Amino acid sequence: MCECLETIFKKFKGKEEELIPLLQSVQEEAGFLSESAMRDIAKFLRIPQSKVHGVATFYAQFRFKPKGRKHIMLCRGTACHVKGAPRILEEIENHLEIKEGETSADLEHSIESVACIGACSLAPCITVNNKVHADLTPQKIEALFNKRMN
Amino acid sequence: MSKVNINIDGIPITTDSNKTILEAALENNIYIPNLCHHEDLKPVGVCRMCMVEIEGIRGQAIACKTTVAEGMKVKIDSTEINAIRQTTLELIHANHAQDCTTCHQNNNCQLQEVTAYVGINEKRFERMRKTRPYIDIDTSNPFFNLDHNKCIMCGICVRTCDEVQGVNALDYGNRGFDTVISTFGNKPIKESICESCGECVVRCPVGALYPKLTQVPSREVKTVCTYCGVGCNIFLGVRGDKIVSSRGDRSSIVNKGRLCVKGRFGYDFVNHPDRLKVPLIKKDGVFVEATWDEALDLIATKFAAAKKEKFAAFSSARVTNEENYVVQKFTRAVMGTNNIDHCARLCHAPTVSGLVQTFGSGAMTNSIDEFLHTKTVFSIGSNTTAAHPIIALHIKQAKRNGAKIIVANPKQIDLCHHADLFLQQYPGTDVALLFGMIRVIVDEKLYDKKFISERCENFEAFITTLEDFSLESVEKITGVPQSLIAEAARMYATNGPSSIVYAMGITQHTHGTDNVLAISNLALLTGNIGKESAGVNPLRGQNNVQGACDMGALPDVYPGYQKVNIPANQQKFEAAWGVKLDDKFGITHTEIITEIEHGNIKALYQVGENPVISEADANHVKKALSKLDFFVVQDIFMTETAQFAHVILPAASFAEKDGTFTNTERRVQRVRKAIEPISESKTDWWITCQIAKRMGAQGFDFSNAEEIWKEASGLVTNYAGITYDRIDKVGLQWPCPTLEHEGTKFLHKEKFATPSGKAKFIPLTYKISTELPDKEYPLLLTTDRSLFHYHTSTMTRKVAGLRILDEEELLKINPADAKAFDVKDGDMVKVKSRRGEVEVKVKVSNICQRGVVSMTFHFFESPTNELTICAVDPIAKIPETKVCAVKIEKM
Repeated sequence: MCECLETIFKKFKGKEEELIPLLQSVQEEAGFLSESAMRDIAKFLRIPQSKVHGVATFYAQFRFKPKGRKHIMLCRGTACHVKGAPRILEEIENHLEIKEGETSADLEHSIESVACIGACSLAPCITVNNKVHADLTPQKIEALFNKRMN
Repeated sequence: MSKVNINIDGIPITTDSNKTILEAALENNIYIPNLCHHEDLKPVGVCRMCMVEIEGIRGQAIACKTTVAEGMKVKIDSTEINAIRQTTLELIHANHAQDCTTCHQNNNCQLQEVTAYVGINEKRFERMRKTRPYIDIDTSNPFFNLDHNKCIMCGICVRTCDEVQGVNALDYGNRGFDTVISTFGNKPIKESICESCGECVVRCPVGALYPKLTQVPSREVKTVCTYCGVGCNIFLGVRGDKIVSSRGDRSSIVNKGRLCVKGRFGYDFVNHPDRLKVPLIKKDGVFVEATWDEALDLIATKFAAAKKEKFAAFSSARVTNEENYVVQKFTRAVMGTNNIDHCARLCHAPTVSGLVQTFGSGAMTNSIDEFLHTKTVFSIGSNTTAAHPIIALHIKQAKRNGAKIIVANPKQIDLCHHADLFLQQYPGTDVALLFGMIRVIVDEKLYDKKFISERCENFEAFITTLEDFSLESVEKITGVPQSLIAEAARMYATNGPSSIVYAMGITQHTHGTDNVLAISNLALLTGNIGKESAGVNPLRGQNNVQGACDMGALPDVYPGYQKVNIPANQQKFEAAWGVKLDDKFGITHTEIITEIEHGNIKALYQVGENPVISEADANHVKKALSKLDFFVVQDIFMTETAQFAHVILPAASFAEKDGTFTNTERRVQRVRKAIEPISESKTDWWITCQIAKRMGAQGFDFSNAEEIWKEASGLVTNYAGITYDRIDKVGLQWPCPTLEHEGTKFLHKEKFATPSGKAKFIPLTYKISTELPDKEYPLLLTTDRSLFHYHTSTMTRKVAGLRILDEEELLKINPADAKAFDVKDGDMVKVKSRRGEVEVKVKVSNICQRGVVSMTFHFFESPTNELTICAVDPIAKIPETKVCAVKIEKM
């Protein structure tokens, strides 16, 4: 078990009902839930591994692959959707050659779509590492990611 | 349980007050549609099919979740109820494959049954069909498939794996439309922790989980499983002359329908093409096919020239009681010697020698079923889930019923997941550990004074000998923290009834008898013996090892543990068998091998055993066997040992003969012939009787197994009340002295079987194992078992699926040791001891503590017993296969 997990576990009692907060803490620290981390969590809480997997996969908030250094969150809220979010997603996917929910092989980029980022007036919008990019168009996407690549 | 009166659709019903409406209805043959209900599982109410209306209550109730109440009036059908059911059912169908006629479950499908009852509108649900693409069938498991496209999400498999099996390999994964039954990490089933028991497969109401081999049998025969000592009752399915299925008998008190992977899927060996088919005689070093007459006449001539101390026989813990009786009778009455033993010498000899001293009888004191009501289960030196899977289910069930579980084992075995306390002692230090617990109980005055004064002797002397076992010194010896030892002692002593479970980890030591005595001391001290659900329970390894001992396949006793050196016993058997008998003890299994090597034993008759793989220091065994003048092996397959034989006789398997097996809880159960013996093979008792008759002996004219049973049970008081008629449906547990006796559920209720009627405390000292690691051989090798194989794997490796699930020997090694020796998963290493070396693949695992490595002995390619040491317990003569020193070299 890695040290960071041990540090996190120290903050918990090892009770079954702590599963979700524990998963959140581990994800916050590690960026995602690895299989070995989930195994350790199951052992720590003395619950079956399959249960940890079941709960973790139930909630959209948990991810099982590492995030990219630039994590893109694409808003799929109503306003963004109406203003062309699907087209924006397609454009990002084409540019980065990865699909939604994936991380690029070099761990540079990852894409996640979220229900709403609460910036409807700026639709369609994305965040890259929590920085909002607003009023997007395919051209802007191209510029955004080309600039980054240069 | 109080009764209540309810009314279902106008029919008055009286039922137990804890029943649900659904249970009450089904019991009374009233159908309420249901999909997620299973009688073995707790109700969850997820399928919404069993909606009913209850008078006076608004809306609908779920019948499987609603407990009955006095005067309740239930309506199980109405236009409204059916409309709800119909919509729900259509939604299930919308997500279900529609290929009924080619589905494995066709005609046996609960979804079909419910659909036929409720009726659906195809047009409506076609529109609702989800767009989820076809999910590939998980075919990774060799015995069954998982087809997600047919899954109805009833969760019966998930709950079975949890509530029945306690493995939790499955759970729901993902959410909404994407929900699937999933393993951890969504891996193929074979790569998960699934034990392949198939309990979920037999419970799946639709065709989502289904066995790969699906031949329907033309008839079924009730018999007893041939693996392990639990003695599960099974129905073997027969089609033509082949065994095509096996299913658990739900009415059986032993296994209640449950089976492990070997019992459910491990029957293919019976019809395997490699079965021995005709007698073989070795001529110029090559085995040549022979007729039965040739082989038997040759044996009769050769045996006649090697009578008395020149002869020895190894009987078998796998053949029936009747066959063991005949082999020992042949050895004693015809060959004139008590040189008969069997592999119990290598497993539970210390149990017999130890428990006979203290309690007067060496067997499991309680019944398997009693574990359900035990409050503390103390499992020491038993990898129960691997070696006795169905007993492990009882222990896990006890845990669900609120029991505490203490596991003491050098390795972190699967049962640890369910344990409240885990004591990881260093191999071979059990006496110290147990006496540490005893010391705590004595110091804290937690012992049962009344029980000790009324039913035990030697207590005063005993407690004065505990000086050496202070917790500090015990911690130093065992490596178990003092606090843990004390906690375990308190738990065991105060949370009764407590039951001890043990197996090879206790017995296979040079101080195996001491270990057993230490266990009995602990049980006596707390009064946890002679009571329901409290006792000392040695788990016997092979299907009939209890019976082979009971039938006298031992060098010092006649059937029923009647000592051969007591004149009264000798006279009794001389009268019964009409011959003069030897009053000297014969020699044991390990001693027989040594005497063969010294040239004193010339002829050996061996029934169904494989000592070249199973005996400690196997090279020594091979050397000895090659010195024999005449060696007869009787088996169902060509084994590594049979290669040394002069004559090999093809025997019939358990599926091809009648007889009885005695399981670990002393229950004598009927074994029934399902098919005719393969090719020219013959039942073991027929073969032995033929040899005896050809040597001119009287008293071997048996025409069936029952005649043998009658003779044997007539000579053993404990068996006297057991007849084939009485055990036709349910086996009886000995002692059963009369035809009216009900059998004995647990032993030592009123008095112990010792001469004084009292149990005895025995003081002990801690002795170290013979060969401990040193500079040259720095690691301690201990042996264990795999769930998927049985003994030397002569049968299980003939079953393709079991071979796939566990294909090769692995050396389990602690990560720290792996680092120190620079080896990683999958590396091939040479493991060397002072006696031999074997090549094996490495598996790095936390289950082994630092400094300890472990291997099974299932694989002839990596014969672990070429490494083990043949140092023996001075009383029981069992070799120390649990502790020897080795080194590893990377290849």
